[in-house]
Amino acid sequence: MNDVFRILPAGDAALLVEFDERVDEAINARAVALAEKLRISRVRGVLDVVSAYRTVAIYFDPLQADRSELLARIAALRADAVDEPVASSELIRVPVCYGAELGPDLGQVARFAGMTENDVVSIHTASTYRVFMLGFAPGFAYMGKVDTRIAAPRRDMPRTRVPAGSVAIAGRQTGVYPLETPGGWQLIGRTPLKPFDARAADPFLFKPGARVRFEAVGRNEYERMITAGHDP
Amino acid sequence: MNAGSIYVQRPGLLTTVQDLGRWGFQSLGVPVAGPMDPFAHCLANALVGNDRRAATLEITLVGPELEFDDERLVAVAGAKFDMTIGGAGVPSGCPFVVPAQSRLRFGPRQHGARAYLAVEGGIDVPLVLGSRSTHVPSAMGGHAGRALARADRLLLGPPHGSRTRLASRRIASASFDREPGRVRVLPGPQRDRFDDDAIDVIQSAPYVVASESDRMGFRLLGPALRHSRGAEIISEPTMMGSLQVPGAGQPLLLMADRQTTGGYPKIATAISADLGVAGQAAPGDAISFKLCTPGEALAALIAGERALLAIEG
Repeated sequence: MNDVFRILPAGDAALLVEFDERVDEAINARAVALAEKLRISRVRGVLDVVSAYRTVAIYFDPLQADRSELLARIAALRADAVDEPVASSELIRVPVCYGAELGPDLGQVARFAGMTENDVVSIHTASTYRVFMLGFAPGFAYMGKVDTRIAAPRRDMPRTRVPAGSVAIAGRQTGVYPLETPGGWQLIGRTPLKPFDARAADPFLFKPGARVRFEAVGRNEYERMITAGHDP
Repeated sequence: MNAGSIYVQRPGLLTTVQDLGRWGFQSLGVPVAGPMDPFAHCLANALVGNDRRAATLEITLVGPELEFDDERLVAVAGAKFDMTIGGAGVPSGCPFVVPAQSRLRFGPRQHGARAYLAVEGGIDVPLVLGSRSTHVPSAMGGHAGRALARADRLLLGPPHGSRTRLASRRIASASFDREPGRVRVLPGPQRDRFDDDAIDVIQSAPYVVASESDRMGFRLLGPALRHSRGAEIISEPTMMGSLQVPGAGQPLLLMADRQTTGGYPKIATAISADLGVAGQAAPGDAISFKLCTPGEALAALIAGERALLAIEG
């Protein structure tokens, strides 16, 4: 294999492992797998292990961790990881009520694509997306890759308030806003699901490496699910 | 048994509950938060005999007025404020007793941006994902996910009752190695995405902390840095102390509340021992960056650890 594999220091309390510089499912799968193995192996002094698109960061307490032990462990785990297939993770189904006031930018995405709003919805619901990484806010998953036909760029003027549950597109990425936050992505619909719910047994709907499908639901169904969610 | 509480008469400008941070959930997008000056947080806890992980109050620029309902040992470290209890001055650098039903009032600030107030027993807000730290942008942790407001009541952990032994604790300020406004850095991780002289440029003159700076990060004004291969990278994890450089070339120093990922190259990273030096900078203050070696970074951290251990006994 001639793939990139570099370990760089990121200050005195973190290491950064780099794989090929591309947004790619197989490369991301290696990063996710390495991060998972490092978490399980519980190296002394390690505080957090974080995978992103093509990198893994290992945060440690410099007074507790043995840096050379950590480097050796990363190299050994990497050797184990390379032959593994892309993790066959669970499929998460996300119901979405598209358009109208719950998806105020659907029309704009349709104009970008030169097609009808229904066509945009058909294309958005036709793909299975991969969660490449989480960031921006607790539970916010960067998913891809969005079909190039509907890959509308970010809005020129970000909104100061995007409602929680908003389903959005930004270029070849799609995601769900877990909290009401500012945001510049194109809002095409809304889901009754909560990507982050601090009170749930598992507060996080999306995890790195997960597979996601969006499914169109009508407004009545959306409202019913919201009500059911509040009264389980 | 009622473990005691603090009633907020005046909240100050930005007073939040912080422990050592919410580690272990960054891969799920959860920011670490925690103290902007971790060392001062640990010092304050050490002075009242708390574990370092106990939650303190981080007090920013303008301090609060707090009423204690039971008698507590209290210590304040980091930024220096004039403090009074019932009009009488309070010593700094050592623990002091706040009598039951009395008010601790923060007055004028002498130096530093952030003070840490530790109470014996710690601030007892609920744990959220294993931490009591407040992250205001995501409304997580601390007291109701926000900064303190007038009429809040904070519960305290049980006092540990070893007060006579603690009364003699002092900060021996000569025993650790911090110089206001000087932040030592190590290069990288994207050192190779900048002009060859970029590390010299960041050391060539002090950077001023701009007014649009907060717990997420400091916008810095000073010598511009030039990218050699574009100003965007595929988003990757961020570190507290990362000097991230967007396209315009003015660096951003990422701090405690930073988002977990970022898409700009990072020229250098502040060393752990000097994070608190940065954390003590207020808007308008200058920060001078100085390249150091991994050995110096570790030595500085060990010096701080010795100072803490000397107090913890």
